[in-house]
Amino acid sequence: MTGQIFHDSSTDLAHRARWLSGRVAIYGALILWAVICLFPIYWTITTSFKAAPDVMKGHLVPFLDFAPKWLGWRSLGLSPNTIGAESTVRAEFLVRFTNSLVISVSSSALAVALGSLAAYGLSRFSYRFGFMRNSDISFFFLSQLILPPVVLALPFLVLYKELALLDTRIGLILLYTLTVLPIVIWIMRDQFAGIPTELEEAAMVDGLSIWGAFATIILPIALPGMVAALILSLVLTWNEYFFAALLTSTHANTLPVMVASQTGSQGISWWSMAALSFAAILPLIVIGVVLERYIIKGMAAGAVK
Amino acid sequence: MWGSAAALALVALAQTLQVTGRLELGFTTWRPTLYAYILWAIALCWGQVLTRGEQGKRVLFVLPAALFVISLVVFPLLFGLLIAFSDWNLASPTGRKFNGLDNLRQMWGDPFYWNALTNMVWYSLAIIVEYAIAFGLALLLNAQIRGRKFFRVAFLMPLMLSPVAVSWMVGKSMLEIRFGPLARLARALGWDNPSFFGSAEVARATIMVMDAWTYIPFMMIMILAGLQAIPRELQEAARVDGASPWRGFWEVTFPLMLPVSITAILIRLIFKLKLADIIINVTSGGPGGATDSVTSFIFREYRDRSNVGYGTLLAMVYLVLIVIAMTILMKLAERWTRQR
Repeated sequence: MTGQIFHDSSTDLAHRARWLSGRVAIYGALILWAVICLFPIYWTITTSFKAAPDVMKGHLVPFLDFAPKWLGWRSLGLSPNTIGAESTVRAEFLVRFTNSLVISVSSSALAVALGSLAAYGLSRFSYRFGFMRNSDISFFFLSQLILPPVVLALPFLVLYKELALLDTRIGLILLYTLTVLPIVIWIMRDQFAGIPTELEEAAMVDGLSIWGAFATIILPIALPGMVAALILSLVLTWNEYFFAALLTSTHANTLPVMVASQTGSQGISWWSMAALSFAAILPLIVIGVVLERYIIKGMAAGAVK
Repeated sequence: MWGSAAALALVALAQTLQVTGRLELGFTTWRPTLYAYILWAIALCWGQVLTRGEQGKRVLFVLPAALFVISLVVFPLLFGLLIAFSDWNLASPTGRKFNGLDNLRQMWGDPFYWNALTNMVWYSLAIIVEYAIAFGLALLLNAQIRGRKFFRVAFLMPLMLSPVAVSWMVGKSMLEIRFGPLARLARALGWDNPSFFGSAEVARATIMVMDAWTYIPFMMIMILAGLQAIPRELQEAARVDGASPWRGFWEVTFPLMLPVSITAILIRLIFKLKLADIIINVTSGGPGGATDSVTSFIFREYRDRSNVGYGTLLAMVYLVLIVIAMTILMKLAERWTRQR
């Protein structure tokens, strides 16, 4: 400090220049990463409208570089002029799509139902099952997260074969519920811990039972958290590939399995693969854009204690 | 009610025992046992309420989830232990043969399994780089910027996409040697003959990058949540005290973020240890097993030889290793955070 506090136009300018370059750096980094994140999606969308020469020449911008064609979507039976006609591929796609939908929605719903109840119980009452106290029970549930799916995969393969659950939706639903249950319990425990106990105490003084208080008072308050948990489980179960590839063969195949099985056989016809991949990720993109708030909330729940 | 439930379970058990053993009752599958089990579980829950009243109603909150997890985890695990020490080829008609420690011996001499385990160590080490990038992105998002919502959605996107679709989109098409856009970019940058899956090191790095691309948003969001929980006054106080932004970060923000960081890294590690989808679909372990993760290795091992016993043993050993490693890490993390 040389004492020239009021006469500092040059330092002020320097400061301004630094501030400006800082801004540029920040936005540059942001835009760079946004491009890294979004380019593969953009690439898939455009590729699904390309024909062979466009792919080979590496054209990127539709209309400018190449004329979009419905080639990829036609092979899926989803282009405008084939939408009315019979299409075996489309039929198969729709079957897989419904499978994925049914399995992911029902397993997420089941996981949220079971998980919220357990999380509520664990956050409010003290239990003792043999030697297990509350913290042990919580740890028992959460430790399932560490369990890698391979460990269960082969035993389940054998068990499902014996139970005739192989290649059925119910079998996958049960397994998926299991895989997302710890995450749901984790999120919901956090949610319920944030709700003051006085609320139910007041309700119970008014004559409601425990379950009545839970259903009428607590559930509405915890609903946003439940939605967050539900959406997170939906994303995870929709994307699950490992169990689906191992435990299904013809009837209960999910969409990822279909995509994976096409990579080998149709590796060269990029446009149809791109169309298929894009159709598989479209629901998630929509969810991501519309419900982003809930996803972030769900994932952030456990981070900050 | 209690007694009837127990009786029901006993009857079902006896029935199924008979089916497997001597008597032929016309059952083809184990389904009846499953139904009996479900019935018993419901009766158990019901019985809790009837016999223990108010306390029973409380138990009812946790009991369904506990029963569900026990029946779907503990039972298969025990069953898995049984298969792990047997030679069981699902395709062969002879069925299960107990073979003692043969599988263990085979594992000891299986270079590919050890190779997959070392690969997992490499993959796990990549988390440090992912963490650094995620922290940087979280700081960027936490700064005063316009269009934060757009950037947040854009940054979140990779996490939403299914790994299988990603492995086609990125691994198979964008990294295609002849006309994938990334190969073109590499050529433009001076890499004459880009092959992303040619040599072992490059292939492993490519898999790491693809996996990082999917999961960086996950760590980023956890760290962002942590950053937003830090009161702004703290940083302002540091600035008033004359700390440069750089020192302010290292001496105020970073220590405060330590607990969140450790949670994020541990959870990321758990997810990393399950890594398989991308590998199965892009390289299927190649070249020469250089990119194999344990999960993808067991998956191929099963698909090629359909030997359930050996695969289960490998998975069990993996589980034991994971549990040991995670326990040590958690203990270390706990001690480390307490010191601070």
